Amino acid sequence: MQRTIPLALCLGFGIFMIIQFFIPHPVSNAAYDIVLKWIRLITIFALVLGVGSLSMHHTTKIRRKITGWQYSIVTIIGVIVTAVIGLVGGVGRGSGLQVIFQNIFIPVNATMFSILAFYMASAAYRAFRARTKEATILLIAAFIVMLGMVPIGSAISKRLPELAEWILTVPNTAAKRGIIFGLALGSIATSLKIILGIERGWLGGGRQ
Amino acid sequence: MHIFLITLMLVSQISPPSCVTSYDTPNDAGNSITIHWTLSTDPNIAGYKLFRTQQGQEPEFLSFLSPFEKQYLDENVKNKIPYTYQITAFKVVGNDTLDAGSAVSNIVTSSPQWFNTKRLNVLIGIVIFFTLILYFIMHARRGKKLFIRRIAGLDAVDEAVGRATEMGKPILYVPGLSSVSDIATIAAINILGEVAKKTAQYETTLLVPNRDPIVYTVAREVVKEAYTSVGRPDVYKADNIFFITDSQFAYAAAVDGIMVREKPATNFFLGMFWAESLILAETGANTGAIQIAGTDSIFQLPFFITACDYTLIGEELYAASAYLSREPLLLGSLVGQDYGKIVIVSIVILATILMMLSAKIPVLNILKLFNIG
Repeated sequence: MQRTIPLALCLGFGIFMIIQFFIPHPVSNAAYDIVLKWIRLITIFALVLGVGSLSMHHTTKIRRKITGWQYSIVTIIGVIVTAVIGLVGGVGRGSGLQVIFQNIFIPVNATMFSILAFYMASAAYRAFRARTKEATILLIAAFIVMLGMVPIGSAISKRLPELAEWILTVPNTAAKRGIIFGLALGSIATSLKIILGIERGWLGGGRQ
Repeated sequence: MHIFLITLMLVSQISPPSCVTSYDTPNDAGNSITIHWTLSTDPNIAGYKLFRTQQGQEPEFLSFLSPFEKQYLDENVKNKIPYTYQITAFKVVGNDTLDAGSAVSNIVTSSPQWFNTKRLNVLIGIVIFFTLILYFIMHARRGKKLFIRRIAGLDAVDEAVGRATEMGKPILYVPGLSSVSDIATIAAINILGEVAKKTAQYETTLLVPNRDPIVYTVAREVVKEAYTSVGRPDVYKADNIFFITDSQFAYAAAVDGIMVREKPATNFFLGMFWAESLILAETGANTGAIQIAGTDSIFQLPFFITACDYTLIGEELYAASAYLSREPLLLGSLVGQDYGKIVIVSIVILATILMMLSAKIPVLNILKLFNIG
């Protein structure tokens, strides 16, 4: 029963969603909206479990003095302070929560994002070491595309931007479309396997 | 008298729009009527005025339209109520506005449809593909041996788990940053089950940080079930599967921190990733971990290929569960997928040839029937 009900629900809703895609009638759209609302509701309930997990994980780390437990104190304090300020002061303009959001969250987020630039440089260095045939092709293609995209490229040769454009629109797009074809078929096949109950990994395994 | 005659001449110079036809907008949820007309032959008109008449009522003005518009979608109608439409061309001469109205259109009523005919091609494609997959699943059920090509990234899973066991270090498994409604996340969860079985057998620590609370609850159950299925529920630690945050970069920072502090021997990055993919993969590479990545985001694939030891490209991610479990029914679906690709490539080649020839041979415009011409 523990598995039969989820499998039956999955089968029913899976078939409903497939059929719904082909029916533009308001009855079908209304049913789809109800399903979306339920998904949002379930997500909110799951968030409570998520916060519970976060609290448990970090209190355990603090209690057992596991490596980096000091960071867990910062996390717990951060969660409590933000929640209290949000609950007491509201979330509107000028509220304490907005001050935290604007002055702590956004700059910290932007800092993490900006690290990406440095990682790109180190990743590019690793990728462009021409150790294999594929890496050499990658290096040459990247060199042409980069040169073709900057003014100095057209100063070297008028054909360079055209060549860069050709690399992007022909071989690059062809490869991308090949992957997209596979992805589309793979996702349909995976969906079918889940709907029919052949793939039960999401239930914790236990296949037929 | 002269002014009247001149005005009369000017009015007669405006030719009204003709052939006004209205019909219920097809493939919609109702409450919509489409109106078509042939443009006025007068090149100097300023535009059109559209009027709608509900049966038994006075005409009401709907909209001003530019002189080049030939179609209007009226989405403010009630279903099952008869309407007619009339279009008036107008132009400004001096201080006067002159106009000439078309004939009244046919009577039309709006109604919702029960089938979107524009998606007929999708339906045909799905039926063919479903048939292929089900055929090969049945084929596999009968015990026929199916060939599946080697996928290096998945062959390396055993090696990766073994390495972590030997080094006495944990395995980090990131099931992507998307929600459970994303097929890549479901694929990642399926692979998690297989990886968890191996870690349970070797008693290796498995860390699963999550960004989505629903994915977290599912991941916890999947790992617990995997440990139980191999007879090692005692090794399962619920605290190792945990929720971090739903903020993208805060999550990336936290996982980076885990990699730097815990120094996992193996990192799995499987599922849907965005800009954080390189931040995670580069940090993992710097800690010296074996890294196996897989995503269906074609924009993040180059980053993973660069920074990870093995990368599952696109559909390999979806195939991973079948490949690792060697479950015949799941393998059957993989073969079905491959035949689906053969069908698609054949259609692409055939359609390309037909498209090229259709300019010379009009009968080949058959493609238009399938919305691809």
